[in-house]
Amino acid sequence: MIQIRVEGKSFGALKVLGRIHLQIQAGERVALTGPSGIGKSTLLRIVAGLDQEFEGQITRPDSLAMVFQEPTLLPWRTALDNLKLVHPMLSTSQAASMLSRVGLEYKEDVFPLQLSLGQQRRLSLARAFSGNPDLLIMDEPYASLDKGTAQKMLALTQDLVKEHACSLLFVTHAVEEAEQLCSRTLTLTACPQGAQLS
Amino acid sequence: MDARLAPFLSLLALMLLWSVAALLTQDPQVLPTPWGLVPRFAEEAASGELARHLSTTIFRVLWAFGLAMAFGVILGFVMGRYRGINRWLDPWLVVFLNLPALVVIVLCYLWIGLTEAAAIIAVTLNKVPNVATVIREGARALDPKLDAMAHVYRMGTVARLRHIILPQLAPFIAAAARSGVAIIWKIVLVVEFLGRSSGIGFQIHLYFQLFDVGMVLVYSLSFIAVMLLVEWVILQPWERKTNRWRTA
Repeated sequence: MIQIRVEGKSFGALKVLGRIHLQIQAGERVALTGPSGIGKSTLLRIVAGLDQEFEGQITRPDSLAMVFQEPTLLPWRTALDNLKLVHPMLSTSQAASMLSRVGLEYKEDVFPLQLSLGQQRRLSLARAFSGNPDLLIMDEPYASLDKGTAQKMLALTQDLVKEHACSLLFVTHAVEEAEQLCSRTLTLTACPQGAQLS
Repeated sequence: MDARLAPFLSLLALMLLWSVAALLTQDPQVLPTPWGLVPRFAEEAASGELARHLSTTIFRVLWAFGLAMAFGVILGFVMGRYRGINRWLDPWLVVFLNLPALVVIVLCYLWIGLTEAAAIIAVTLNKVPNVATVIREGARALDPKLDAMAHVYRMGTVARLRHIILPQLAPFIAAAARSGVAIIWKIVLVVEFLGRSSGIGFQIHLYFQLFDVGMVLVYSLSFIAVMLLVEWVILQPWERKTNRWRTA
């Protein structure tokens, strides 16, 4: 179970997040929506352990994966190495099979910059699932993709999340994406004491 | 025309320019022709003197280069990553960047003595600030998104260094190495000129006293040839390999 107990988060005098208490059960898929700049990514960084300067406490599993707004790949390493270097326990055949699972068969030796943005995002997804995470955090992973590609990616993510039975915390602007992928949708709304869940 | 021929044709043009200047000067004591140097070069090579002095200078250059790159990369990286340390060390860097090479060389000889160690330390101290300045810029430009990715996926320290940090620093290291080799060998020559009894710098000093322009050119051009070889055989192929992902 993932337990998020944020009492507050500020950047200097600016209070970004207020009191946010949230529990995510094992295997549960939770979407987080809200307007731009409300603090969704800040909350995700806190949950992922990337931002430790906040009031509160997070209980999260050890096995964690994150899909960032941008693919955030190692451009100087091949697609296969992007999986194997991040997950050293992964064998070459397992990595190749994961690439194939996300539709990147025969792309093992290709560098990320030779891939389209959609393919880079698939590689980023493959990296996330290669570690068999208990919790997957996704920060607007389909931003800047055309509608068709975003829909394909959404379907692929849905299948992979089901296969791996991991919990999901999914940040998006698009309510339809949230409804398709998640069983529960929460919205961050602005408050004088910092953003809160509604 | 094959692009690989360009460097050779460019050097050939330089030789042509030199030949024309030498023919116009009409005084081999002031500026000998390139072909006028061939017999003297052959003589020095046959006697073993050229190889002895060349290898001594290369030894000093390699030591100074290795030390300057090692210390400069570590110092620059730490200063680029940690603002607090940079605040304290930046004034030192400015002082050493602006300290004339000659002053460092003379002080090293005075404090340590006319020894091999003093010569190498003097050259290293002259180059470390330049390397550190270049690497500091590289460390400041490291992508925080990749840092975040490495943190989330719990990549080990060695893996982060090897696969995330070093590839980003590679162009900066290459720039520091290239300018480093070029500057270090010039400083090594001054060090040898002032206080050693061997090396290309010492030979240039000797033939300067004899006003033998030909031998000064034979020794300096021999070393330039070695440096061109280093550039073409080591530096450029390494750079091509590390940049393969950009051009693939």
